[in-house]
Amino acid sequence: MAASTASAALSGNPNLTSSHKPHASLSPHSCLRFSTAISRKFPFKSLTTIPFTTATTAASTRRSTTVTASSTSFHGLCYVVHDNIDTDQIIPAEYLTLVPSNPDEYQKLGSYAFIGLPSSYETRFIEAGELKTKYTIVIAGQNFGCGSSREHAPVALGAAGARAVVAESYARIFFRNSVSTGEVYPLETEVRICEECRTGDVVTIELGESKLINHTTGKEYKLNPVGDVGPVIEAGGIFAYARKTGMIPAQTA
Amino acid sequence: MASSAIASNSPAFIKKDVDLSAFSSSASSFSIQKTNKRNSRKIVSVMAPQQSPRSPSTSGSVKTAMTMTEKILARASEKPQLSPGENVWVNVDLLMTHDVCGPGSFGIFKKEFGENAKVWDREKIVIIPEHYIFTKDERANRNVDILREFCTEQNIKYFYDIKDLGNFRANPDYKGVCHVALAQEGHCRPGEVLLGTDSHTCTAGAFGQFATGIGNTDAAFVLGTGKILLKVPPTLRFVMDGEMPNYLLAKDLILQIIGEISVSGATYKSMEFVGTTVESLTMEERMTLCNMVIEAGGKNGVVPADSTTHKYLEDKTSLPYEPVYSDEQARFLSEYRFDISKLEPLVAKPHSPDKCALARECKDVKIDRVYIGSCTGGKTEDFLAAAKVFHASGKKVKVPTFLVPATQKVWMDVYSLPVPGCGGKTCSQIFEEAGCDTPASPTCGACMGGPRDTYARMNEPQVCVSTTNRNFPGRMGHKESQIYLASPYTAAASALRGYVTDPREFLI
Repeated sequence: MAASTASAALSGNPNLTSSHKPHASLSPHSCLRFSTAISRKFPFKSLTTIPFTTATTAASTRRSTTVTASSTSFHGLCYVVHDNIDTDQIIPAEYLTLVPSNPDEYQKLGSYAFIGLPSSYETRFIEAGELKTKYTIVIAGQNFGCGSSREHAPVALGAAGARAVVAESYARIFFRNSVSTGEVYPLETEVRICEECRTGDVVTIELGESKLINHTTGKEYKLNPVGDVGPVIEAGGIFAYARKTGMIPAQTA
Repeated sequence: MASSAIASNSPAFIKKDVDLSAFSSSASSFSIQKTNKRNSRKIVSVMAPQQSPRSPSTSGSVKTAMTMTEKILARASEKPQLSPGENVWVNVDLLMTHDVCGPGSFGIFKKEFGENAKVWDREKIVIIPEHYIFTKDERANRNVDILREFCTEQNIKYFYDIKDLGNFRANPDYKGVCHVALAQEGHCRPGEVLLGTDSHTCTAGAFGQFATGIGNTDAAFVLGTGKILLKVPPTLRFVMDGEMPNYLLAKDLILQIIGEISVSGATYKSMEFVGTTVESLTMEERMTLCNMVIEAGGKNGVVPADSTTHKYLEDKTSLPYEPVYSDEQARFLSEYRFDISKLEPLVAKPHSPDKCALARECKDVKIDRVYIGSCTGGKTEDFLAAAKVFHASGKKVKVPTFLVPATQKVWMDVYSLPVPGCGGKTCSQIFEEAGCDTPASPTCGACMGGPRDTYARMNEPQVCVSTTNRNFPGRMGHKESQIYLASPYTAAASALRGYVTDPREFLI
């Protein structure tokens, strides 16, 4: 999506600088995220001490996202879905009356993320009565996010607390919306990762090394370079990118 | 992902792959002429598009050859030449939004451009409430109010408002389903770039324009700037030749295509539909074809503009437009050829639009209801088609049959137009005699489920034959419901038997 003249040296790996975090940045929803959702506050914990099963009160203990200023990794439990997960399964149409740019409704939207998955998915993405998910990373098969153009889909995932999706391939509108909003980081892999990972596996994504490590199985996977959208993600979404490249004027206070 | 082949006896399609190595973005000294600029467009006389088969060429003269989509985007980005893969800023001719995505888009617009920001062009934005209208859901009702507030504040020229939710006819401005309304109100014009906050915006490609769906954030960006960053897609060409059999509709054609290439077969690609069959289609049938481009993952669909297009637009728009056509030497990623005479009525089985099967092979599937409506299958001609089948049978439906005209205009046609060959009866009369439900208020309705009290929503696990566009789990409500996507002919035939039914049972 980026203009081909930008970032000529882009090797495909996003080069996130210390001044930038894709999710707590200039994306439109950044001001909607409560401070507990911003990972900066919660130091990285070693694998053995992460209280995944006891985190029922504070949203803070639910996710363990790396706090390094450069934010080049995501860490936590993964939730596995399969092929052709359409946007109706990510966020069913009846919840689309919620307006994502309204802070309260943004939170509510997150609480319904993946509620449309069929009952064959025995483990829920968000436990009954909870507002947030304990899964930081979504692992998917092919054509993730197909169907509707509803931006509510990546927004719901992000609002729920997911940080990244690693899929074999994406439907284009979902991918584009993920990039434009900065809500979830859309990553791709060549391998049939959804068949090798199980929901609940502990996973780390090292963006700088284009790598996903499944600590539970001990396997590592190569992630595809981010490609043309790198500069847009790097800038923090389409608005930030447009300002950076001079397409629209800088925002006045 | 792709379903198994449809007709096992003889192939209904042939696929040719194109060598991609010749794609180049070499700079050309060709400069766009002033007359091609948006502001000085005029209608040019139209020739039927070339039908000669595209031949791969290696001569230097093809460097400037472009497909229709490439040409539209080149003009809109004020560049002389574009190739697939290039990312360009494109001028937008029209932006559409509705009650589900409008409020969110406006919120971002204000946040990013300022509380007092003004839209880039009050005449190039069309706001159409239509998704969740006839419901008691307070948030849904509030969202229509948000649209109204924004339109008033910004003095938006085209706002198809509704205030009296109890009686749609009391609202003269209210239209209904956005994609049908856009066409009926003359907002779709050849050669233009149309964006909408809805995946089925690709429907407008039937008019020979670039039309695609975007999300709230992109829409907010367009609201403020009138521009969008787009990646030029390569084009898949679908050539359909032959006379359309009287039991087939455009819905069958697109189901066939999706069944062949799968729900991701056209991801990031443009789908171009040409051939004598396409030329014989009416505008509404072309809209049905382009409507489901998104179901194959397509970025946009296009049908070259011709006399049918111009005739349709004659009484609907006075704005000038200039169609473009794929160059003869344009490069396509793949070309698929269909012999229409070999196709049969189809359904897409649960739970994917690419689970294509012959309707006649599903004749033992008992159904609980039939739904005829939506941008895909709720247009005037869709109802005329269904009425023909009911009339030919003369019997009553065996299952509840829900009819939801897409727009006020369609609703009026259903009640006033005589159905050809049916002794002067209107659709509504035929529907009543067949025992269908009374045609409902025009809206998207149950196509996507919607709020719980939406008319015809499936709140229990049931089997439905529907003229809509998606059948993923939970699409029309209950997660365990089963949806068979079909043409209006097939839907009507199925309603009459109470099982999935090939319309040839009733149509001679």
